[in-house]
Amino acid sequence: MEPTKTIQETEADIIENFSMFDQWLDKYEYLIDLGKNLEAYPEDRKSEEYLIKGCQSRVWLATDFKDGRLWFKADSDAIITKGIISLLISVYNGRTPAEILGSDFSFVEKIGLRENLSPTRANGLVSMIETIRRRAAENA
Amino acid sequence: MNVQDIRQHFPVLSEVLPGRGALVYLDNAATSQRPKEVLDKYLWLSNKVNANIHRAVHYLAAEATAQYEGARESVREFINAGSTKEIIFTSGTTASINTVAYSFGEAFIGRGDKIIVSQAEHHSNIVPWQMLAQRKGAEIQVLPVDDNGHLRVDLLPGMLDSRTKLVAVTHISNVLGLVNPVKEIIELAHEKGVPVLVDGAQGIVHEVVDVQALDCDFYVFSGHKMYAAPFTGVLYGKQPLLEKMPPFFGGGEMIASVSFENGTTYAPLPGKFEAGTQNLAGTPTLTDAINVCKQFRDKEIVANQQKITDYVLDQLMSDDRISLYGVPRGNIAKIPLFSFSVKGAHHEDLALILDKMGIAVRSGQMCAEPIMDRFGVTGMLRASFAPYNTMEEAEYFIKSLDRAIKMLV
Repeated sequence: MEPTKTIQETEADIIENFSMFDQWLDKYEYLIDLGKNLEAYPEDRKSEEYLIKGCQSRVWLATDFKDGRLWFKADSDAIITKGIISLLISVYNGRTPAEILGSDFSFVEKIGLRENLSPTRANGLVSMIETIRRRAAENA
Repeated sequence: MNVQDIRQHFPVLSEVLPGRGALVYLDNAATSQRPKEVLDKYLWLSNKVNANIHRAVHYLAAEATAQYEGARESVREFINAGSTKEIIFTSGTTASINTVAYSFGEAFIGRGDKIIVSQAEHHSNIVPWQMLAQRKGAEIQVLPVDDNGHLRVDLLPGMLDSRTKLVAVTHISNVLGLVNPVKEIIELAHEKGVPVLVDGAQGIVHEVVDVQALDCDFYVFSGHKMYAAPFTGVLYGKQPLLEKMPPFFGGGEMIASVSFENGTTYAPLPGKFEAGTQNLAGTPTLTDAINVCKQFRDKEIVANQQKITDYVLDQLMSDDRISLYGVPRGNIAKIPLFSFSVKGAHHEDLALILDKMGIAVRSGQMCAEPIMDRFGVTGMLRASFAPYNTMEEAEYFIKSLDRAIKMLV
Protein backbone atom coordinates (compact mmCIF):
# COMPACT_ATOMS: atom_id res chain seq x y z
CA MET A 1 0.00 0.00 0.00
CA GLU A 2 1.32 3.41 -0.91
CA PRO A 3 2.03 5.58 2.11
CA THR A 4 -0.45 8.39 2.78
CA LYS A 5 1.97 10.58 4.70
CA THR A 6 5.23 12.08 3.51
CA ILE A 7 8.60 10.85 4.81
CA GLN A 8 8.90 13.99 6.94
CA GLU A 9 5.41 13.49 8.44
CA THR A 10 6.10 9.83 9.24
CA GLU A 11 9.43 10.76 10.82
CA ALA A 12 7.74 13.48 12.87
CA ASP A 13 5.23 10.91 14.16
CA ILE A 14 8.02 8.58 15.24
CA ILE A 15 9.94 11.39 16.93
CA GLU A 16 6.79 12.38 18.79
CA ASN A 17 6.13 8.79 19.86
CA PHE A 18 9.65 8.52 21.23
CA SER A 19 9.48 11.85 23.01
CA MET A 20 6.93 10.30 25.36
CA PHE A 21 9.53 7.92 26.78
CA ASP A 22 11.59 9.55 29.46
CA GLN A 23 13.26 6.30 30.48
CA TRP A 24 15.64 4.37 28.25
CA LEU A 25 14.02 1.22 29.55
CA ASP A 26 10.62 2.11 28.06
CA LYS A 27 12.24 3.10 24.78
CA TYR A 28 14.10 -0.16 24.51
CA GLU A 29 11.09 -2.24 25.53
CA TYR A 30 9.14 -0.49 22.76
CA LEU A 31 11.93 -1.23 20.24
CA ILE A 32 12.13 -4.85 21.35
CA ASP A 33 8.34 -5.06 20.87
CA LEU A 34 8.59 -3.56 17.39
CA GLY A 35 11.36 -6.01 16.60
CA LYS A 36 9.33 -9.00 17.73
CA ASN A 37 6.37 -7.85 15.59
CA LEU A 38 8.34 -7.07 12.43
CA GLU A 39 6.70 -8.61 9.36
CA ALA A 40 8.23 -12.00 8.67
CA TYR A 41 11.12 -11.99 6.23
CA PRO A 42 10.89 -14.44 3.31
CA GLU A 43 12.98 -17.52 4.17
CA ASP A 44 14.10 -18.05 0.56
CA ARG A 45 15.79 -14.63 0.58
CA LYS A 46 17.70 -15.27 3.81
CA SER A 47 20.88 -15.98 1.85
CA GLU A 48 24.36 -14.53 1.48
CA GLU A 49 23.12 -12.41 -1.41
CA TYR A 50 20.84 -10.40 0.87
CA LEU A 51 23.07 -10.44 3.92
CA ILE A 52 24.68 -7.27 5.18
CA LYS A 53 27.47 -8.62 7.30
CA GLY A 54 28.63 -6.84 10.42
CA CYS A 55 30.86 -7.80 13.30
CA GLN A 56 27.88 -7.30 15.60
CA SER A 57 24.40 -7.80 14.18
CA ARG A 58 23.68 -9.27 10.78
CA VAL A 59 20.99 -7.71 8.63
CA TRP A 60 19.19 -9.21 5.64
CA LEU A 61 17.63 -6.71 3.26
CA ALA A 62 15.53 -7.54 0.17
CA THR A 63 14.43 -4.74 -2.12
CA ASP A 64 11.71 -4.79 -4.79
CA PHE A 65 11.16 -1.98 -7.27
CA LYS A 66 7.55 -1.86 -8.47
CA ASP A 67 5.60 0.92 -10.21
CA GLY A 68 8.33 3.46 -9.50
CA ARG A 69 8.46 2.71 -5.80
CA LEU A 70 10.85 0.78 -3.55
CA TRP A 71 9.60 -1.92 -1.20
CA PHE A 72 11.76 -3.33 1.55
CA LYS A 73 11.74 -6.47 3.60
CA ALA A 74 14.42 -6.89 6.25
CA ASP A 75 15.48 -9.03 9.16
CA SER A 76 18.25 -9.18 11.75
CA ASP A 77 19.54 -11.62 14.32
CA ALA A 78 19.52 -8.81 16.92
CA ILE A 79 16.14 -7.75 18.23
CA ILE A 80 16.88 -4.06 18.90
CA THR A 81 18.26 -3.79 15.38
CA LYS A 82 15.01 -5.41 14.17
CA GLY A 83 13.06 -2.75 16.06
CA ILE A 84 14.98 0.01 14.30
CA ILE A 85 14.56 -1.83 10.98
CA SER A 86 10.82 -1.76 11.63
CA LEU A 87 10.99 2.03 12.04
CA LEU A 88 13.09 2.42 8.89
CA ILE A 89 10.67 0.30 6.87
CA SER A 90 7.69 2.29 8.14
CA VAL A 91 9.39 5.46 6.93
CA TYR A 92 10.86 4.29 3.61
CA ASN A 93 8.56 1.55 2.33
CA GLY A 94 6.68 2.43 -0.84
CA ARG A 95 8.64 5.61 -1.48
CA THR A 96 10.01 6.77 -4.80
CA PRO A 97 13.80 6.81 -5.19
CA ALA A 98 13.71 10.63 -5.25
CA GLU A 99 11.86 10.76 -1.92
CA ILE A 100 14.39 8.43 -0.30
CA LEU A 101 17.40 10.27 -1.68
CA GLY A 102 15.88 13.54 -0.50
CA SER A 103 15.71 12.44 3.14
CA ASP A 104 18.61 12.48 5.56
CA PHE A 105 17.85 9.48 7.85
CA SER A 106 18.48 11.74 10.82
CA PHE A 107 15.36 10.68 12.69
CA VAL A 108 17.23 7.67 14.12
CA GLU A 109 19.55 10.10 15.84
CA LYS A 110 16.68 12.39 16.83
CA ILE A 111 15.00 9.59 18.77
CA GLY A 112 18.20 9.07 20.72
CA LEU A 113 19.50 5.93 19.04
CA ARG A 114 22.76 7.40 17.83
CA GLU A 115 24.82 4.71 19.53
CA ASN A 116 23.02 2.14 17.41
CA LEU A 117 24.45 3.81 14.34
CA SER A 118 28.12 4.09 15.21
CA PRO A 119 29.90 4.33 11.88
CA THR A 120 31.95 1.17 12.26
CA ARG A 121 32.08 -2.04 10.36
CA ALA A 122 30.50 -3.54 13.43
CA ASN A 123 27.08 -2.32 12.56
CA GLY A 124 24.68 -3.90 10.11
CA LEU A 125 22.23 -1.06 10.54
CA VAL A 126 24.58 1.55 9.13
CA SER A 127 25.16 -0.66 6.13
CA MET A 128 21.41 -1.14 5.81
CA ILE A 129 20.83 2.59 5.50
CA GLU A 130 23.65 2.82 2.96
CA THR A 131 22.06 -0.03 1.01
CA ILE A 132 18.61 1.60 1.04
CA ARG A 133 20.17 4.78 -0.37
CA ARG A 134 22.12 2.81 -2.95
CA ARG A 135 19.01 0.92 -4.09
CA ALA A 136 17.22 4.24 -4.41
CA ALA A 137 20.08 5.70 -6.45
CA GLU A 138 20.18 2.64 -8.71
CA ASN A 139 16.49 3.04 -9.47
CA ALA A 140 16.38 6.81 -9.66
CA MET B 1 46.11 -1.46 50.06
CA ASN B 2 42.47 -1.86 49.08
CA VAL B 3 40.51 -1.38 45.87
CA GLN B 4 39.14 2.01 46.91
CA ASP B 5 42.73 3.31 47.36
CA ILE B 6 43.53 2.20 43.84
CA ARG B 7 40.42 3.73 42.32
CA GLN B 8 41.49 7.20 43.51
CA HIS B 9 44.35 6.98 41.03
CA PHE B 10 42.11 6.39 37.98
CA PRO B 11 40.14 9.58 37.27
CA VAL B 12 37.75 8.04 34.73
CA LEU B 13 36.46 5.48 37.22
CA SER B 14 34.50 8.14 39.08
CA GLU B 15 32.74 9.31 35.92
CA VAL B 16 28.97 9.51 35.86
CA LEU B 17 27.76 8.80 32.32
CA PRO B 18 25.03 10.90 30.70
CA GLY B 19 21.68 9.17 31.25
CA ARG B 20 23.34 6.06 32.68
CA GLY B 21 24.70 6.68 36.13
CA ALA B 22 28.10 5.61 37.43
CA LEU B 23 30.48 4.00 34.97
CA VAL B 24 31.15 0.30 35.49
CA TYR B 25 34.08 -0.37 33.20
CA LEU B 26 34.34 -4.04 32.28
CA ASP B 27 36.11 -3.72 28.94
CA ASN B 28 39.62 -3.82 30.35
CA ALA B 29 40.83 -6.49 27.94
CA ALA B 30 40.22 -4.03 25.09
CA THR B 31 42.07 -1.23 26.81
CA SER B 32 42.69 -0.51 30.46
CA GLN B 33 42.08 2.82 32.13
CA ARG B 34 45.11 4.95 32.93
CA PRO B 35 46.20 6.19 36.35
CA LYS B 36 47.03 9.81 37.17
CA GLU B 37 50.75 8.93 37.33
CA VAL B 38 50.72 7.86 33.68
CA LEU B 39 48.60 10.79 32.56
CA ASP B 40 50.83 13.23 34.49
CA LYS B 41 54.00 11.76 32.98
CA TYR B 42 52.52 12.04 29.49
CA LEU B 43 51.52 15.67 30.04
CA TRP B 44 54.82 16.58 31.71
CA LEU B 45 56.79 15.14 28.80
CA SER B 46 54.54 16.95 26.32
CA ASN B 47 54.51 20.28 28.15
CA LYS B 48 57.98 20.50 29.63
CA VAL B 49 60.34 18.00 28.07
CA ASN B 50 59.37 17.74 24.44
CA ALA B 51 62.44 17.02 22.32
CA ASN B 52 63.51 14.32 19.94
CA ILE B 53 65.58 11.63 21.59
CA HIS B 54 69.11 10.26 21.17
CA ARG B 55 70.67 12.71 18.70
CA ALA B 56 70.60 16.26 19.98
CA VAL B 57 72.93 17.45 22.78
CA HIS B 58 70.64 20.04 24.36
CA TYR B 59 69.05 19.81 27.80
CA LEU B 60 65.56 18.78 26.74
CA ALA B 61 66.85 16.09 24.40
CA ALA B 62 68.97 14.63 27.19
CA GLU B 63 66.03 14.55 29.61
CA ALA B 64 63.66 13.07 26.99
CA THR B 65 66.26 10.42 26.13
CA ALA B 66 66.78 9.58 29.80
CA GLN B 67 63.03 9.10 30.23
CA TYR B 68 62.77 6.95 27.11
CA GLU B 69 65.77 4.78 27.93
CA GLY B 70 64.65 4.62 31.55
CA ALA B 71 61.47 2.95 30.34
CA ARG B 72 63.57 0.38 28.49
CA GLU B 73 65.33 -0.54 31.72
CA SER B 74 61.97 -0.65 33.56
CA VAL B 75 60.61 -3.09 30.98
CA ARG B 76 63.78 -5.18 31.02
CA GLU B 77 63.60 -5.51 34.76
CA PHE B 78 59.80 -6.15 34.71
CA ILE B 79 60.04 -9.14 32.37
CA ASN B 80 63.55 -10.12 33.54
CA ALA B 81 65.18 -9.88 30.14
CA GLY B 82 68.95 -10.34 30.06
CA SER B 83 69.70 -7.06 28.34
CA THR B 84 68.05 -3.82 27.23
CA LYS B 85 69.25 -4.72 23.72
CA GLU B 86 66.44 -7.25 23.75
CA ILE B 87 63.74 -4.67 24.46
CA ILE B 88 62.41 -3.07 21.27
CA PHE B 89 59.79 -0.35 21.61
CA THR B 90 56.88 -0.53 19.16
CA SER B 91 53.42 0.96 18.87
CA GLY B 92 51.82 -2.15 20.37
CA THR B 93 51.38 -5.90 20.16
CA THR B 94 50.24 -5.77 16.54
CA ALA B 95 53.30 -3.79 15.46
CA SER B 96 55.57 -6.14 17.44
CA ILE B 97 54.14 -9.24 15.75
CA ASN B 98 54.29 -7.64 12.32
CA THR B 99 57.94 -6.75 12.94
CA VAL B 100 58.77 -10.36 13.80
CA ALA B 101 56.65 -11.71 10.93
CA TYR B 102 58.59 -9.53 8.49
CA SER B 103 62.09 -9.63 9.93
CA PHE B 104 62.15 -13.20 11.22
CA GLY B 105 60.36 -14.21 8.03
CA GLU B 106 63.00 -12.58 5.83
CA ALA B 107 65.79 -14.30 7.74
CA PHE B 108 64.36 -17.74 8.35
CA ILE B 109 61.21 -18.60 6.35
CA GLY B 110 61.22 -20.12 2.89
CA ARG B 111 58.94 -22.01 0.51
CA GLY B 112 57.29 -25.04 2.13
CA ASP B 113 58.16 -23.97 5.69
CA LYS B 114 55.49 -24.11 8.39
CA ILE B 115 54.31 -21.74 11.10
CA ILE B 116 52.06 -23.05 13.86
CA VAL B 117 49.45 -20.75 15.39
CA SER B 118 46.62 -21.66 17.74
CA GLN B 119 42.93 -21.53 16.95
CA ALA B 120 42.41 -19.08 19.82
CA GLU B 121 44.63 -16.29 18.49
CA HIS B 122 43.70 -12.65 18.07
CA HIS B 123 43.69 -11.59 14.41
CA SER B 124 46.94 -9.74 15.15
CA ASN B 125 48.63 -13.08 15.77
CA ILE B 126 47.10 -14.67 12.67
CA VAL B 127 47.07 -12.19 9.81
CA PRO B 128 50.79 -11.19 9.90
CA TRP B 129 51.68 -14.90 9.63
CA GLN B 130 49.22 -15.40 6.79
CA MET B 131 50.78 -12.44 4.98
CA LEU B 132 54.24 -13.91 5.58
CA ALA B 133 53.11 -17.35 4.39
CA GLN B 134 51.70 -15.83 1.23
CA ARG B 135 54.88 -13.87 0.59
CA LYS B 136 57.17 -16.85 1.10
CA GLY B 137 55.02 -19.78 -0.03
CA ALA B 138 54.95 -21.07 3.52
CA GLU B 139 52.09 -22.82 5.30
CA ILE B 140 50.05 -22.05 8.45
CA GLN B 141 49.14 -24.94 10.72
CA VAL B 142 46.47 -24.51 13.38
CA LEU B 143 46.75 -25.95 16.87
CA PRO B 144 43.10 -26.52 17.87
CA VAL B 145 41.32 -25.97 21.19
CA ASP B 146 38.95 -28.42 22.87
CA ASP B 147 35.30 -27.79 23.77
CA ASN B 148 36.30 -26.00 26.97
CA GLY B 149 38.70 -23.72 25.12
CA HIS B 150 41.90 -25.48 26.21
CA LEU B 151 44.74 -25.71 23.70
CA ARG B 152 45.29 -29.25 22.45
CA VAL B 153 48.94 -29.18 23.49
CA ASP B 154 48.93 -32.99 23.19
CA LEU B 155 48.73 -32.56 19.39
CA LEU B 156 51.71 -30.22 19.21
CA PRO B 157 54.55 -32.80 19.17
CA GLY B 158 52.94 -34.48 16.15
CA MET B 159 52.69 -31.17 14.31
CA LEU B 160 56.31 -30.12 14.85
CA ASP B 161 58.72 -31.32 12.18
CA SER B 162 61.79 -30.22 10.28
CA ARG B 163 59.75 -27.74 8.21
CA THR B 164 58.29 -26.00 11.28
CA LYS B 165 60.06 -22.65 11.69
CA LEU B 166 58.01 -20.93 14.40
CA VAL B 167 55.19 -21.42 16.91
CA ALA B 168 53.11 -18.30 17.63
CA VAL B 169 50.79 -18.68 20.58
CA THR B 170 48.95 -16.45 22.99
CA HIS B 171 49.79 -16.47 26.69
CA ILE B 172 46.13 -15.73 27.52
CA SER B 173 43.46 -15.59 24.82
CA ASN B 174 41.49 -12.33 24.73
CA VAL B 175 38.36 -14.43 24.28
CA LEU B 176 38.87 -17.44 26.53
CA GLY B 177 40.85 -15.89 29.38
CA LEU B 178 42.67 -19.15 30.13
CA VAL B 179 46.35 -19.05 31.06
CA ASN B 180 47.87 -21.30 28.41
CA PRO B 181 50.71 -23.66 29.37
CA VAL B 182 53.21 -21.64 27.36
CA LYS B 183 56.20 -23.03 29.25
CA GLU B 184 55.25 -26.54 28.19
CA ILE B 185 54.63 -25.39 24.60
CA ILE B 186 58.05 -23.69 24.52
CA GLU B 187 59.76 -26.83 25.86
CA LEU B 188 58.06 -29.02 23.25
CA ALA B 189 58.97 -26.63 20.43
CA HIS B 190 62.55 -26.22 21.60
CA GLU B 191 63.00 -30.00 21.67
CA LYS B 192 62.60 -29.76 17.89
CA GLY B 193 64.67 -26.58 17.68
CA VAL B 194 61.64 -24.41 16.87
CA PRO B 195 61.48 -20.88 18.32
CA VAL B 196 58.29 -19.60 19.97
CA LEU B 197 56.62 -16.19 19.94
CA VAL B 198 54.27 -15.54 22.85
CA ASP B 199 51.52 -12.96 22.40
CA GLY B 200 51.48 -11.40 25.84
CA ALA B 201 48.85 -8.69 25.23
CA GLN B 202 46.69 -10.12 28.04
CA GLY B 203 49.41 -12.17 29.73
CA ILE B 204 51.58 -9.21 30.76
CA VAL B 205 48.61 -7.74 32.64
CA HIS B 206 47.68 -10.80 34.65
CA GLU B 207 50.81 -12.95 35.01
CA VAL B 208 54.27 -12.45 36.40
CA VAL B 209 56.33 -12.79 33.23
CA ASP B 210 59.96 -13.90 33.36
CA VAL B 211 61.16 -14.30 29.79
CA GLN B 212 64.34 -16.10 30.86
CA ALA B 213 62.45 -18.63 32.98
CA LEU B 214 59.90 -19.11 30.18
CA ASP B 215 62.75 -19.30 27.68
CA CYS B 216 60.45 -17.83 25.00
CA ASP B 217 62.17 -16.48 21.91
CA PHE B 218 59.81 -13.52 21.51
CA TYR B 219 57.36 -12.00 23.98
CA VAL B 220 55.19 -9.13 22.74
CA PHE B 221 52.71 -6.82 24.44
CA SER B 222 50.96 -3.45 24.35
CA GLY B 223 51.22 -0.59 26.82
CA HIS B 224 47.59 0.48 26.63
CA LYS B 225 46.23 -2.72 28.18
CA MET B 226 48.64 -2.41 31.13
CA TYR B 227 47.74 1.18 32.12
CA ALA B 228 50.35 2.95 29.95
CA ALA B 229 49.72 5.46 27.18
CA PRO B 230 48.17 4.12 23.99
CA PHE B 231 50.39 3.44 20.98
CA THR B 232 53.15 2.04 23.14
CA GLY B 233 54.35 -1.53 23.07
CA VAL B 234 57.21 -3.94 23.44
CA LEU B 235 58.90 -6.58 21.38
CA TYR B 236 61.18 -8.73 23.49
CA GLY B 237 63.40 -10.99 21.44
CA LYS B 238 66.44 -13.08 22.25
CA GLN B 239 69.50 -11.15 21.22
CA PRO B 240 71.06 -13.81 18.92
CA LEU B 241 67.79 -14.00 16.95
CA LEU B 242 67.33 -10.24 16.76
CA GLU B 243 70.94 -9.90 15.55
CA LYS B 244 70.22 -12.21 12.62
CA MET B 245 66.98 -10.49 11.64
CA PRO B 246 67.03 -7.61 9.13
CA PRO B 247 65.28 -4.36 10.11
CA PHE B 248 61.58 -3.92 9.28
CA PHE B 249 61.31 -0.15 8.75
CA GLY B 250 64.17 1.89 7.39
CA GLY B 251 65.09 5.47 8.27
CA GLY B 252 65.75 7.68 11.27
CA GLU B 253 67.57 6.16 14.22
CA MET B 254 68.00 2.68 12.82
CA ILE B 255 71.16 3.34 10.83
CA ALA B 256 74.88 3.23 11.57
CA SER B 257 75.93 4.85 8.31
CA VAL B 258 74.15 5.77 5.10
CA SER B 259 75.93 6.03 1.79
CA PHE B 260 74.95 5.85 -1.86
CA GLU B 261 78.37 4.48 -2.75
CA ASN B 262 79.25 2.13 0.08
CA GLY B 263 75.78 0.94 1.10
CA THR B 264 73.98 1.50 4.37
CA THR B 265 74.76 -0.21 7.65
CA TYR B 266 72.39 -0.55 10.55
CA ALA B 267 72.51 0.57 14.16
CA PRO B 268 73.16 -2.03 16.85
CA LEU B 269 70.21 -3.37 18.89
CA PRO B 270 67.74 -2.14 19.89
CA GLY B 271 68.01 0.90 17.58
CA LYS B 272 67.98 -1.29 14.47
CA PHE B 273 64.27 -1.90 14.98
CA GLU B 274 63.27 1.61 16.06
CA ALA B 275 63.08 3.62 12.84
CA GLY B 276 61.59 7.10 12.75
CA THR B 277 60.59 9.35 15.62
CA GLN B 278 59.41 7.29 18.54
CA ASN B 279 56.44 7.77 20.88
CA LEU B 280 58.31 10.40 22.91
CA ALA B 281 55.63 11.16 25.48
CA GLY B 282 53.98 7.73 25.47
CA THR B 283 56.75 5.16 25.81
CA PRO B 284 58.23 6.61 29.05
CA THR B 285 54.81 6.09 30.74
CA LEU B 286 55.61 2.38 30.67
CA THR B 287 57.80 3.01 33.72
CA ASP B 288 54.85 4.40 35.68
CA ALA B 289 52.49 1.74 34.34
CA ILE B 290 54.88 -0.98 35.47
CA ASN B 291 54.92 0.54 38.97
CA VAL B 292 51.13 0.30 38.96
CA CYS B 293 51.25 -3.32 37.78
CA LYS B 294 53.58 -4.10 40.68
CA GLN B 295 51.30 -2.35 43.17
CA PHE B 296 48.45 -4.50 41.86
CA ARG B 297 50.36 -7.56 43.05
CA ASP B 298 49.46 -6.53 46.60
CA LYS B 299 47.99 -9.44 48.55
CA GLU B 300 44.67 -7.77 49.31
CA ILE B 301 44.20 -6.67 45.69
CA VAL B 302 45.00 -10.13 44.33
CA ALA B 303 42.59 -11.70 46.84
CA ASN B 304 39.84 -9.34 45.72
CA GLN B 305 40.47 -10.22 42.06
CA GLN B 306 40.27 -13.91 42.87
CA LYS B 307 37.02 -13.40 44.78
CA ILE B 308 35.53 -11.61 41.77
CA THR B 309 36.77 -14.30 39.38
CA ASP B 310 35.28 -17.09 41.51
CA TYR B 311 31.99 -15.24 41.98
CA VAL B 312 31.42 -14.32 38.30
CA LEU B 313 32.55 -17.75 37.12
CA ASP B 314 30.15 -19.45 39.52
CA GLN B 315 27.24 -17.18 38.56
CA LEU B 316 27.74 -17.62 34.81
CA MET B 317 28.39 -21.37 34.98
CA SER B 318 25.34 -22.06 37.10
CA ASP B 319 22.99 -20.14 34.77
CA ASP B 320 21.31 -22.44 32.21
CA ARG B 321 20.68 -19.53 29.84
CA ILE B 322 24.41 -18.85 29.51
CA SER B 323 27.19 -20.66 27.62
CA LEU B 324 30.63 -19.69 28.90
CA TYR B 325 33.65 -20.12 26.61
CA GLY B 326 36.93 -20.91 28.31
CA VAL B 327 36.25 -23.06 31.37
CA PRO B 328 39.20 -23.45 33.77
CA ARG B 329 40.31 -26.97 34.64
CA GLY B 330 43.10 -28.52 36.65
CA ASN B 331 46.18 -26.33 36.62
CA ILE B 332 44.83 -24.10 33.82
CA ALA B 333 43.71 -20.91 35.58
CA LYS B 334 41.27 -18.30 34.32
CA ILE B 335 41.77 -14.57 34.55
CA PRO B 336 38.72 -12.38 35.34
CA LEU B 337 37.72 -12.31 31.66
CA PHE B 338 34.44 -13.92 30.71
CA SER B 339 33.16 -14.42 27.17
CA PHE B 340 29.76 -16.00 26.81
CA SER B 341 26.57 -16.16 24.83
CA VAL B 342 22.97 -16.19 26.02
CA LYS B 343 20.36 -18.50 24.55
CA GLY B 344 17.84 -16.47 22.56
CA ALA B 345 19.51 -13.09 23.16
CA HIS B 346 21.93 -11.46 20.73
CA HIS B 347 25.23 -10.19 22.12
CA GLU B 348 24.72 -6.75 20.59
CA ASP B 349 21.29 -6.38 22.22
CA LEU B 350 22.72 -7.37 25.58
CA ALA B 351 25.64 -4.94 25.22
CA LEU B 352 23.30 -2.09 24.26
CA ILE B 353 21.07 -2.68 27.27
CA LEU B 354 24.01 -3.10 29.66
CA ASP B 355 25.40 0.18 28.32
CA LYS B 356 22.16 1.86 29.34
CA MET B 357 22.84 0.60 32.86
CA GLY B 358 26.32 2.18 32.79
CA ILE B 359 28.16 -1.08 32.15
CA ALA B 360 30.84 -1.10 29.45
CA VAL B 361 31.32 -4.59 28.02
CA ARG B 362 32.56 -5.81 24.67
CA SER B 363 30.38 -7.60 22.14
CA GLY B 364 31.07 -9.11 18.75
CA GLN B 365 33.89 -11.20 17.34
CA MET B 366 36.60 -9.60 19.48
CA CYS B 367 39.08 -9.72 16.59
CA ALA B 368 39.10 -13.50 16.81
CA GLU B 369 36.82 -14.85 14.11
CA PRO B 370 38.36 -18.35 14.01
CA ILE B 371 37.50 -19.01 17.67
CA MET B 372 33.95 -17.69 17.06
CA ASP B 373 33.66 -20.22 14.23
CA ARG B 374 35.10 -22.92 16.50
CA PHE B 375 32.19 -22.44 18.88
CA GLY B 376 29.65 -21.83 16.10
CA VAL B 377 28.69 -18.29 17.10
CA THR B 378 28.69 -14.96 15.24
CA GLY B 379 29.89 -13.15 18.33
CA MET B 380 30.03 -13.19 22.11
CA LEU B 381 29.62 -10.86 25.03
CA ARG B 382 32.75 -10.25 27.11
CA ALA B 383 33.16 -8.79 30.58
CA SER B 384 36.81 -8.28 31.55
CA PHE B 385 37.79 -7.03 34.99
CA ALA B 386 40.84 -5.14 36.23
CA PRO B 387 42.25 -4.88 39.77
CA TYR B 388 40.36 -1.58 40.20
CA ASN B 389 36.98 -3.24 39.73
CA THR B 390 35.04 -3.94 42.92
CA MET B 391 32.96 -6.86 44.11
CA GLU B 392 29.97 -4.49 44.11
CA GLU B 393 30.52 -3.86 40.40
CA ALA B 394 30.68 -7.61 39.76
CA GLU B 395 27.38 -8.11 41.61
CA TYR B 396 25.79 -5.20 39.77
CA PHE B 397 26.96 -6.71 36.47
CA ILE B 398 25.39 -10.10 37.26
CA LYS B 399 22.13 -8.47 38.38
CA SER B 400 22.02 -6.20 35.31
CA LEU B 401 22.78 -9.08 32.97
CA ASP B 402 19.83 -10.99 34.40
CA ARG B 403 17.61 -7.96 33.88
CA ALA B 404 18.81 -7.51 30.29
CA ILE B 405 18.22 -11.18 29.48
CA LYS B 406 14.69 -10.96 30.89
CA MET B 407 13.98 -7.96 28.66
CA LEU B 408 15.09 -9.82 25.56
CA VAL B 409 14.02 -13.41 26.07
